[in-house]
Amino acid sequence: MTGITDLASAGGASGASGVPSLWTLAAGAAGAGDKLQAPSIEYGKLSPVLIVLGAAALGVVIDAFAPRKARYGAQLFVVLAGLAAAFAAVIGLAASGVGSSKAQIAGMGALAIDGPTLFLQGTLLLVGIVGAFTFAERRLEPAAHGSRVDSFAAQPASVPGGEGEREAVKAGWTTTEVFPLLMFAVGGMMLFPAANDLLTLFIALEVFSLPLYLLCALARRRRLLSQEAAVKYFLLGAFSSAFLLFGTALLYGYAGTVNYSGIARVVSGADAVSDPVLADTTGNDALLLIGGALVVMGLLFKVGAVPFHMWTPDVYQGAPTPVTGFMAAATKVAAFGALLRLLYVVLPGLRWDWRPVMWGVAILTMLGGAVVAITQTDIKRLLAYSSIAHAGFLLAGVIATSEDGISSVLFYLGAYSFVTLGAFAVVTLVRDAGGEATHLSKWAGLGRRSPLLAAVFAVFLLAFAGIPLTSGFAGKFAVFKAAAEGGAGALVVVGVIASAIAAFFYLRVIVLMFFSEPQADGPSVAVPSVMTTSAIALGVVVTVVLGVAPQYFLDLAGQAGVFVR
Amino acid sequence: MSFPLLTVTAALPAVGAVATAAVPAAKRTAAKWLALLFSLATLVSAGVVLARFDPGGARYQLTESHAWISDFGVRYELGVDGIGAALMALTALLIPFVIGAGWHDADQVEEESPNRRWRPTQGFFALILAVEAMVLVSFAATDVFLFYIFFEAMLIPMYFLIGGFGDRAHAAGEEEGAKQRSYAAVKFLLYNLAGGLVMLAAVIGLFVVSSDSLGEGTFSLPELLKARASGDLTMSTATERLLFLGFFVAFAIKAPLWPLHTWLPNAMGEATAPIAVLITAVVDKVGTFAMLRFCLGLFPNASHWATPVVLGLALVSVLYGALLAVGQRDIKRLVAYASISHFGFIILGVFAMTSQGQGGATLYMVFHGISTAALMLVAGFLISRRGSRLIADYGGVQKVAPVLAGTFLVGGLATLSLPGLAPFVSEFLVLVGTFSRYPAAGIIATAGIILAALYVLVLYQRTMTGPVRKPEIEKMPDLRVRELAVVAPLVALLLFLGIFPKPLSEIVNPAVEHTLSDVQKKDPEPQHPVADHNAWFDYKPAGHGGGDHE
Repeated sequence: MTGITDLASAGGASGASGVPSLWTLAAGAAGAGDKLQAPSIEYGKLSPVLIVLGAAALGVVIDAFAPRKARYGAQLFVVLAGLAAAFAAVIGLAASGVGSSKAQIAGMGALAIDGPTLFLQGTLLLVGIVGAFTFAERRLEPAAHGSRVDSFAAQPASVPGGEGEREAVKAGWTTTEVFPLLMFAVGGMMLFPAANDLLTLFIALEVFSLPLYLLCALARRRRLLSQEAAVKYFLLGAFSSAFLLFGTALLYGYAGTVNYSGIARVVSGADAVSDPVLADTTGNDALLLIGGALVVMGLLFKVGAVPFHMWTPDVYQGAPTPVTGFMAAATKVAAFGALLRLLYVVLPGLRWDWRPVMWGVAILTMLGGAVVAITQTDIKRLLAYSSIAHAGFLLAGVIATSEDGISSVLFYLGAYSFVTLGAFAVVTLVRDAGGEATHLSKWAGLGRRSPLLAAVFAVFLLAFAGIPLTSGFAGKFAVFKAAAEGGAGALVVVGVIASAIAAFFYLRVIVLMFFSEPQADGPSVAVPSVMTTSAIALGVVVTVVLGVAPQYFLDLAGQAGVFVR
Repeated sequence: MSFPLLTVTAALPAVGAVATAAVPAAKRTAAKWLALLFSLATLVSAGVVLARFDPGGARYQLTESHAWISDFGVRYELGVDGIGAALMALTALLIPFVIGAGWHDADQVEEESPNRRWRPTQGFFALILAVEAMVLVSFAATDVFLFYIFFEAMLIPMYFLIGGFGDRAHAAGEEEGAKQRSYAAVKFLLYNLAGGLVMLAAVIGLFVVSSDSLGEGTFSLPELLKARASGDLTMSTATERLLFLGFFVAFAIKAPLWPLHTWLPNAMGEATAPIAVLITAVVDKVGTFAMLRFCLGLFPNASHWATPVVLGLALVSVLYGALLAVGQRDIKRLVAYASISHFGFIILGVFAMTSQGQGGATLYMVFHGISTAALMLVAGFLISRRGSRLIADYGGVQKVAPVLAGTFLVGGLATLSLPGLAPFVSEFLVLVGTFSRYPAAGIIATAGIILAALYVLVLYQRTMTGPVRKPEIEKMPDLRVRELAVVAPLVALLLFLGIFPKPLSEIVNPAVEHTLSDVQKKDPEPQHPVADHNAWFDYKPAGHGGGDHE
């Protein structure tokens, strides 16, 4: 975080000296002159984010000062209370019309509080709550010395396989820093789709990425795999952040501002940049195109679109499964929100430039994810490639460039995240002596041993495959419909082909579970506490309700389909 | 708001499925009776639908309409024309027989199951009822999207019925049998799912077209047909053809039409006989029904454009299916290929676009359902006695089990369309209807009848006649009471409808006339004295004063 503080202080200093800085321009305070104005912050409208970040900070304090025994309960309470309060705040804001008629730019131009923002923040908070349930699950791992432990490393700082680790495991230690990390991640994700200038976008990206990198490294079992995943994620994530930042710089050079609507106005020719410092670069189309491409690239990395998807399978596989589930659901929600805002608010003037590129990316993503998934033998990697294919379907909705496109993507994100959370929660339950049994061969005959669990997982797989009467179908139909109306009929055809390919590997898992002979040394199914159970149950309920009666939620997403500019 | 008869008819088996699945593990017999009870209640309800249906009334009757997903322009809209009513009745009629014949089908799975909680028996009958509910909705849906949803969703219970409860009588051993079953189930699902997804693209395309020309997208079939007739709904030739293909391919896979048929022999071979009946006599009918209801009405020009190719493929199906049936060594696969041949006839009748052809095709769907059920269920009883599906393992059965052999013969003769049995009526009408517009196609298709005689009679000869050579057959018991109760009504129906098909054809004919007017086709003026035969069935071709020619 130090880098950000540096930037801020540097910005503040240069702002005071009168040279136009990123911050003064970002804040829209062009007429501020020499004086630094006190910023006006709409605390009410930002309350969801503030509550979550406040709870995160409180979590850090608890971890530092509370006695070890009291931490788990206190942390869990703070997390759930914070997320619930923030969710209530989102509902309150939406009920008072902030999502539609009273949508506005808040935080001196840094954040846009509008329909999509509230919809995505609400979704993220629910995902966060369900994610917290799976994080807090302590009944799956065998108890060590009478104390129940969770899926996270006993002492993350110890060397894998070393003396320290053995001691920590023996002592039955558990760590609770995962909870504040989760909260920081949720907070950053909530900012991400709300960001209304490129610097806020970058900061939000870092705020949610850094905790995720850490969380990935914290698996209790198979720690080397987990750390490898974290390092890969961090390195590639750092690259993508760098791309995004570089793109930001180029766009600033082009438009003289990092503000979304400011850039949009320069792109459309409504505003001319009068800043003498930038006279050489403004209006240079090369800067615009390259800058725009780099920023979009940074976001495509986060959504896991081909060809920026390389990290996905390794990270999904290595990370502790509760983290994978949370990350798979929430990162997609946040990143697609940001991508939508960027493409619809900043670059609509460039539609004819980015649409062909996004067409290519969407086609590659749909087909690439679906085809490679066929060869996977690990359930987590399989779900990783399936998430890539789903990113492709979502991109088809993004390309629609219509209000329907926005609302269909919002709906799809909501539907998809609960299926994903549920599916990964099921994965945490199938265990053998070595921890989770993620190799597909171990899942053979699961339907005979535990019919209920297998049936639930089959429901999730059918939803992934987009079988009618599941949420996956409603979402896919919404997205494809928007794409077809937006003139991307060919994309729909590719999407349908990719769906057919994807159906094959989802079915393979169902076949394996129900029609194969169970292995002699097959895994057993752990009996979870009420928390994981409710996470899975909620996944099933949402899957069925959104599949059978999606109208209310489509309305909700439809009302949230307009970006404030 | 009148009584929602169609919803109730479709909901009864759905409720039955849930109730059956909820029966405790120990009460297996109770679950069976419960399922049978619900299927009989559905039959009564479907009977009421048929009785309340007024052949001279509106095109779609007993309609229901509720808002469902307004964002997608989707309504929960039900309504039956004569074709739909007849097929709903067929479905409701056959399911009790499927349940009765499959009374012990889940027993072996129950024994194999290590976990009592799995409750295979309950699951088996619940899945059958679930399929019935979905098929009934498909026959009653007048909303394209609603139809699509159930058209797709019925694959899932079907898949588990094939893969989970398949035929244990396998020559290649238990392990190989399990592999074959799983392969057949996956092949069934992938073929149909792929077809369904192609259709999804076309469904979305239809929505875009309708929202472009009507201002608001709709999936309601009556509205779309009205807009189509009034010229409000327009689409370019290329769009219409693409959409037609999207729908048609899905239905042709389901039907199944050559060359998209290859899943059927696997599925029917590996499923137990009652489930094979469920596939070919019930589920597959949705495909040919949907061609009549959706393809012709919504895309008339494209239907004309595709007719020569479709007729060609149907002819290939007729002959190819029959030829391969002649060469089969496995009883169930033989019936499967015979079915492919029969579906060829149905599609031929649909696309001949004459009232005899389409009326005959609709009757064919019903009669083929009954005749295949009779043949296949008896074949299933035979196989369960000997534990083998190979024709070569039998011989001389009629000496030890004369009732079994007799009913098998009736089912077989119905399959080869012997005059006096129901399928003859429909096959004859299809051939006449085809001949009056496409004489060459009619003549070629007639060869299918000859081949049918060959495969049925050879099958009978090899399994039932001759000396008893195998000790297993000497001890073979004749049909039991339960089995007789399943077969006897089917045989009776075949005889009754063969002599007196009029009530059914009266219900079907107005719907066929509507479909023909959708595709703007009139029957050709007769140049052959075929209508004399029609008079026998009291069949009045459109555009004539009732056979007052020559």
